Parts: sequence; structure tokens; C-alpha cells
Amino acid sequence: MLGLGKKDLMFLLIVVLLTLTAPILLNPFPEGSAMAQFNAGYPDLMQRIAIFAIFAVGFNILFGLTGYLSFGHAAFIGVGSYAMVWMMKLLTMNILPGLILSIVMGGLFAVVIGYVSLRRSGIYFSILTLAFAQMCFNMAYSVLTPITGGENGLGPQIADPRILDAVNTSGSVPEVNLFGLSMRATYKMDLWGRLFQFNAGYYVCGILSVLMFYLALRIFRSPFGMMLRAIKSNQHRLNYTGLNSKPYMLAAFVISGMYAGLAGGLMAAMDPLAGADRMQWSASGEVVLMVILGGVGTMLGPVLGAGFIKYFENIFSKINDSVLHDWFSIFPKWLENLLVGILHPFVGQGWNLTLGVLFMLVVIFLPGGLIEGGQRIGRLFRRKPDAKGPAPASTPAE
Amino acid sequence: MGILEVKGVNKRFGGLQALGNVNLSVTENTVHAIIGPNGAGKSTLLNCLVGKLIPDTGSVLFDGQSVLGRKPHEINQMGISRVFQTPEIFADLSVFENVLIPCFAKRDGAYRLHAFETIAAETDILGKAEKMLRDVNMWDKREMHAGALSRGDKRRLEMAMCLSQSPKLLLLDEPTAGMARADTNNTIDLLKEIKSRGNITMVIIEHDMHVVFSLADRITVLAQGSPLVEDVPENIKGHPKVKEAYLGEAAH
Ligand SMILES: Nc1ncnc2c1ncn2[C@@H]1O[C@H](COP(=O)(O)OP(=O)(O)O)[C@@H](O)[C@H]1O
Ligand SMILES: [Mg+2]
Repeated sequence: MLGLGKKDLMFLLIVVLLTLTAPILLNPFPEGSAMAQFNAGYPDLMQRIAIFAIFAVGFNILFGLTGYLSFGHAAFIGVGSYAMVWMMKLLTMNILPGLILSIVMGGLFAVVIGYVSLRRSGIYFSILTLAFAQMCFNMAYSVLTPITGGENGLGPQIADPRILDAVNTSGSVPEVNLFGLSMRATYKMDLWGRLFQFNAGYYVCGILSVLMFYLALRIFRSPFGMMLRAIKSNQHRLNYTGLNSKPYMLAAFVISGMYAGLAGGLMAAMDPLAGADRMQWSASGEVVLMVILGGVGTMLGPVLGAGFIKYFENIFSKINDSVLHDWFSIFPKWLENLLVGILHPFVGQGWNLTLGVLFMLVVIFLPGGLIEGGQRIGRLFRRKPDAKGPAPASTPAE
Repeated sequence: MGILEVKGVNKRFGGLQALGNVNLSVTENTVHAIIGPNGAGKSTLLNCLVGKLIPDTGSVLFDGQSVLGRKPHEINQMGISRVFQTPEIFADLSVFENVLIPCFAKRDGAYRLHAFETIAAETDILGKAEKMLRDVNMWDKREMHAGALSRGDKRRLEMAMCLSQSPKLLLLDEPTAGMARADTNNTIDLLKEIKSRGNITMVIIEHDMHVVFSLADRITVLAQGSPLVEDVPENIKGHPKVKEAYLGEAAH
């Protein structure tokens, strides 16, 4: 069904279920308890996880399959965001035209940047993509200010034309919506001492991320995906086999650019303000971290990586010294102070340090990323008699 | 005129004349062996045929068309496949995928964006790849990483990859090097069978004289970049010039 084998279909079904029930699953701790700050089930964070999952899954089609490491994918995020905001300004606050345009614009930019950058491979390719992204970033900040809003960023204004929308009499910028359903609409449910929030914006992001995940799964299982892996493995052999690897690479680059464009569009749809800093090199680097942390070339790895990093960014950065003192107040004062002193650099502003340490641990001990960690744990539990001889080749599954 | 016509090919690497005025004419549907000591320029000659190198001067015609200046994938599409001296396979992929890729390439040509086809649904191609692997006795190993194979198995895999494209001209660069005796004999049998099915021309570089004399219809001896003699195997065997070229070389 859906062009997938039985195993993949199960896999997809699990992803769908997890996405739909995320507002419940990510809120395991009761409201008001000491652990409540570890809850991730609030709309803002869930939206971000879904959006970055789209970004990372698309990036993985390029990096994971072909091995070409782009350091400039944030440019497509920025392009997608601007496209979305411009559609909101000119056409309608309905996000659909904006989403379409952000995918198209991401793709167009990727054709140009990819065409030039793919003339080189390895580090030179990475540097070229980085140069392009920085160029976009700097231009968005300076000469393109009329289009991008420069330093102030670009957001919908009351006076915008919005030619498809009804005349706005509310006296404020109308709500971002999808055919009338406000992206901020949230159904709140108080249950078992927990507050579950079912947010329209999250479900838009979540459903799109499942769809994009499905497309990526199809690409992974297609002859096209196999050719991309062949490029990573031995581009010479592929050429001597009668295939021109260039168009395959460009297609992979453009597809990942469209994923990034969509992610950028969604970012602007959830928080209607597009700024140039979304294109900065640090944003390009972040997606590389996500994919490597989760597991390069695996299906679920980029999703895990995106979730992991966004979770840490939001949760660890909120823990401050007074929270720490709260936790350790049961200990004698000197021990409390000592523990807080030790943990202080790792939380709040220092969450990057925690992330850095975790990243290093993963890269050193789990080169296959979090996915490999999961697989190792799984193997511990069902230790099959390994009488089948040499390990079978990895099919990029789970 | 032969299916492959090499005329006056020269290739220099800095001060080294790797190929000096090489002329070679290969008749269609025959096996043409090229022998000669290490460093004679045999691999360099094949490199000039598949677009890996461009000769300094001279011409290379395949089927009446020049291959010079064409990209490797274009040359392959003309019907030339090559087994390399150091196996060129997709080491990170499974043995089965290694054979699937050339099968798809043969069907699709240089480029086709088949992003939403499923490999599992392409029964024709799966069947063909299976047959190829069975032909080289590697079906049991289909799920292994190609990179984990022994050297001999890598060669047989590469041969299966090339043969799966039913090339008009198959170039084999020391196909049995690193193979156990039994596998060498299997390879000879396989190549003989391929030959008997017809419609294929082979150029084979080989150090193992048993292989050469089992397969070749004609033999060219290359020494220091130039053809020394070209003749049928019977006349090459005791040829004084050949002995001279191999002197000091343990011909194995
Ligand atoms: N790409 C290259 N650059 C420089 N020298 C080369 C290159 N390829 C081959 N040679 C040299 O050309 C000569 C012929 O090499 P080769 O064709 O590999 O010999 P063989 O007959 O053993 O296959 C050798 O001396 C080798 O060192
Ligand atoms: Mg050689």
C-alpha cells in the first residue's frame, strides 16, 4: 500500500501515531510538579520540532544519501520565510499560497546554488554553498532591505493590500490561518492533572512533516535513492556504468532545497516575522548537527536529531540557578551550592555546552547517531543467535 | 574494419612515455588479449578507451565512432563496459544493489528521475540481477556489503555488473588477479560461455597465461608502451621477442 513494503508501512503508521498524539506524549509530568518544566508538549516547541524535522529530513536526502555536505541550507529557510510573509502581505493571510511559493522559491534558489556548487565536490562544495548562503544573508541585511525588511525583519502590516482577503476592519493584523482556521487556535484539555494543548498550527506542521517524511521514505526506497547512495559510495563506478551523476546530484540538492523552503515557510506561518538571521551560517550548521546527531542516512535519525536539539534548546535554556537551588534544597547548604556550581555552566545560557558535550559523546561513541544507540539497545534485548554469517548490508531503515 | 580501432595513440605522463604509437584493431566477437610486463602501459591503454584518460595524439574508434572527448557515461552507453584492475564497486551497498544499479542504468539511460518508483516493484530488473548473480555463483552473498567481499569475489561481482549491461565491448583488466585457482577456472568457464552466446567482443589484460591461452583469439604483446607483436596464441607462445620482454619478469 502507498508504494511501501509491509515494514515501511508499519514504520510510517508509528510516525503518524506519534505525531498525532505528541501533545499528550510530550506532556508526561503533572502541572505544577517539579518535573513540569521538562514537559515539551506546548505548541511553540512542538511546531518547531516538526518544522526542523522537515528541514533535517530534506537535508538528509542530500547529505545522507549522496554524502555531499551543504553548509548553506539556511539560505533556503530564509527564502521560504520571505516568500511566505510576502504572500501574507500581498495575497492573503491564508498560509496555503505562501507554503506553495516557499517550496517553489526554495527549489529555484537551489537550482542556481546547486548548479554552481556541484561543479566541485568535498570541502569545496561545502565552502561554495556556505559562500552562497552568507551572500544571501548579507544581501538580505543590506541591499535587499526593500524586500527583506533588513535588520527589522519582514512582517505583515495592517496596511498591507491582501487582495484576496475580505476588507480588514479589526484594526489589527488579521490572524494567520488556513482556510479560516487560525494557526493559534488551541483546544485545551485538562486531564489527569495535566494540561494538553491541541494546537492548529502544530497539526499543520505535524501533518506536513509526516507527508514529507513519507515522500522521503519513497525516495529512499526508489531506484533514484539507490543511485544517490551509489554516488556516495563510488561516483566513478556510477559514471562507468553509464549514468551521469550530475543531474542526480542536482535533483537531490533541489529536493532538499524545497524541503528547506517549506520549513522556512512554516516558520514564518507560525511566527509571522521573517528575519535575515535565519540564513546565518549557524543555522546551516544546526541542521548538520541534527542529522549527524540523529544518524546520517537513516530515515528516523534526522527527526530524532531535530527533536533532541530543539528540546534541549528550549528546556535546558529555561533552567536557571534558582531552579537548581530548588531541586537541591534537600541537601545541606554547602552541598547544594556545590551541585549548583557544578551544573551552572550547563544550563540556562550554557545549554550549548550541554549540547556540545552530548554531540561529542555521540560522535565518538555512536558514530551512527542516536539511531545506532537505539539499535544497540534493541540488540541487547533480543539477542538473536547470529549464525547467519557476515552482517547483512545496511538498508537505510528505521 | 574491427569494432575497435586504435590508431597512433600516444600518452605521456611528464617525462614518461606510457603509450608510444599504439595501433590495435579488434575484430568483432573475438577475444583479444593484451599481455606484457608490469608498467607496460596496458591499463593506461584501457583508460584511453573508456574516457578516463585522453590520449595526447591518435584516434580511438568504436563501432566507427570516435570515443575521444566523450564522458565515461557516454562511452558506456555506446556499449563499452570495463572491469578495473583494482575493483571499482559500490563498497557501501549490498552485493545485490551493486548489480541492480547497472541493470537500471541500462534500462534508463544516462538520467531518469525515478524518485517515486519502488525497487521492489521492478520485477524484470530484479530477475535479471538475480540471474547475473547466480551466473557468477554469488547469489548466497547478495545481502553482504560489497566492501566486505574477498578480492576475488569483488572481481566476480564487478564482472557481473558489467555483464548485466550486455555490453558490445567488454574490457577486462586482470580479471583473475587475486582469485583462488577454483575461482579462476570458474571465471574462465563463465567468460567462455559469455563468448559462446555471441554478440560480445572482449579485450582482456591478463598475467595468468593459462587464462590467456584458454580464451584469446588474438594476442598483442605490449612492452614499454608499444606493441611488440600481435598474432594468434600458437605463434605467441614461443616467440623470442615475447620471451625477451618478459625476461627478468616472473611471468605468472
Ligand atoms: N595517471 C598516471 N600518472 C602518471 N603516471 C602514470 C599514470 N598512470 C600510469 N602511469 C605510469 O604509466 C606506466 C604504465 O602504467 P600502466 O598502464 O598502469 O601499466 P600496466 O601495463 O602494468 O597496466 C607506469 O610506469 C605507470 O607508473
Ligand atoms: Mg595494469
